[in-house]
Amino acid sequence: MRAFWSILKREIVGYFATPLAYVFLVIFLFFSSFLTFKNSFFELRQASLRLFFENMPLLFIFFAPAIAMRLWAEERRTNSIELLLTLPVTIGQAVLGKFFAALSIILLALVLTCPMVFAVRYLGDPDMGPIWAGYVGSLLMAAAFLAMGSFFSSLTRSQVIALVLAVVCCAAFLFAGSPLVLDYLRTVLPGGLWEVAESLSFQTRFESMQRGVIEARDAGFFVLMTAGWLWANVVALEERRAAG
Amino acid sequence: MLELKGLSKAFGPIVAADKISFSVARGDVLGFLGPNGAGKTTTMKMLSCFLPPDSGTATVVGSDIVADPVAVRRKIGYLAENSPAYDEMAPASFLKFVCDVRGVIGKARRAAVEKVAEMCAIGEVMHQPISTLSKGFRRRVGLAQALIHDPPVLLLDEPTDGLDPNQKYDVRRLIKRLSAEKCTVVSTHLLEEVDAICNRIVIIHEGKLLVDSTPDDLREKEGGALDGIFRKLTRHRVAPAAGGAR
Repeated sequence: MRAFWSILKREIVGYFATPLAYVFLVIFLFFSSFLTFKNSFFELRQASLRLFFENMPLLFIFFAPAIAMRLWAEERRTNSIELLLTLPVTIGQAVLGKFFAALSIILLALVLTCPMVFAVRYLGDPDMGPIWAGYVGSLLMAAAFLAMGSFFSSLTRSQVIALVLAVVCCAAFLFAGSPLVLDYLRTVLPGGLWEVAESLSFQTRFESMQRGVIEARDAGFFVLMTAGWLWANVVALEERRAAG
Repeated sequence: MLELKGLSKAFGPIVAADKISFSVARGDVLGFLGPNGAGKTTTMKMLSCFLPPDSGTATVVGSDIVADPVAVRRKIGYLAENSPAYDEMAPASFLKFVCDVRGVIGKARRAAVEKVAEMCAIGEVMHQPISTLSKGFRRRVGLAQALIHDPPVLLLDEPTDGLDPNQKYDVRRLIKRLSAEKCTVVSTHLLEEVDAICNRIVIIHEGKLLVDSTPDDLREKEGGALDGIFRKLTRHRVAPAAGGAR
């Protein structure tokens, strides 16, 4: 536990020691609100943040891998991984410490979007249920994307390769349920398999949460996804270590 | 305190360590020698539980490196090749991080950081990012990190690499001073270092253990100076065309 907290703390400080955290926060806040207002937030004449949350999946496809890409690739490039993994920590503790540090940055970014909530409350009388659900859904989805990013980061010394692989993988999971992809999959995959693709889609799950009801199977899906990718992360690092 | 039992590791077709066995007692400073590529660093990495061995094992103060790596790491201070560190951190916060992970906290942490900073003479750079430090300072920050929890076993991979002659002298004196209570393995290819601090000598070549002796016994048995003996032992096994070291 102690090792987990020390690593978590060091990583968070590390994000703010470089411009990364600031650049991320400013650009994320800019685009999350810019896209909302551009998509006729006022013309809709509804006190709701539906338009705000609609952009979240697309933003996180890029922002979550960008936050996660340095987690392990940097350790491997500078070889500080040899220091980290000869301290009395298990690989699991290190993976979780780093993951939760990255998640804290995303959480901070989401908290900093609170002026949007104040704005709709000032303008009207919004239903708070979908807003809370939207935030929880965004965080769960970001966690799953981060876990993928962390996994790809552990495969390479290059942060750029980690970023590109993670973005592609996140996009694949996000768009698996879009009509365009599903129509195509129906033509090439034998019966039933395209339904698997649909059930793995982040978009469908996120949309159903965003409507204001957090169902256990949707939340569980993201939690399981996160856990699965983090487990793969641990396995990848063990394998790497054995191979030298 | 430290016992290697048939430690082996291969990377594909290259055998980096081939059934290496020796033991080190408290108070010993073992000079771990071999030409470049002999398998010194690989063996050190296995002892520090960074690389798992293919076969064989080792025990460090009663803990097995395969069965209980985390317990082993607690008992070891390890200075790796090229002193890996978090470059964006300053030595002060870096050493605090190492203390936190190792459970040296509160007053003990402050005392430990002050003590190693003085021992390793890094007081003047404590608040400068590690990336801006000279090689000598970087090496000594790595050494400070290895000593901070006062471990019973020290594994130092070329501890004086990149230091100037005065710093080399200081670091060797420090290792010697600490060695009475510890068991120390110093990997090096500097034979003068063996003469200066080691009471044991192990030479490996192409992953195989060639010599496990003391410097004096080795000199007596083979005759002549250490560097001549070292050349004789590690050279004739290599085909002339292949040059000295892999």
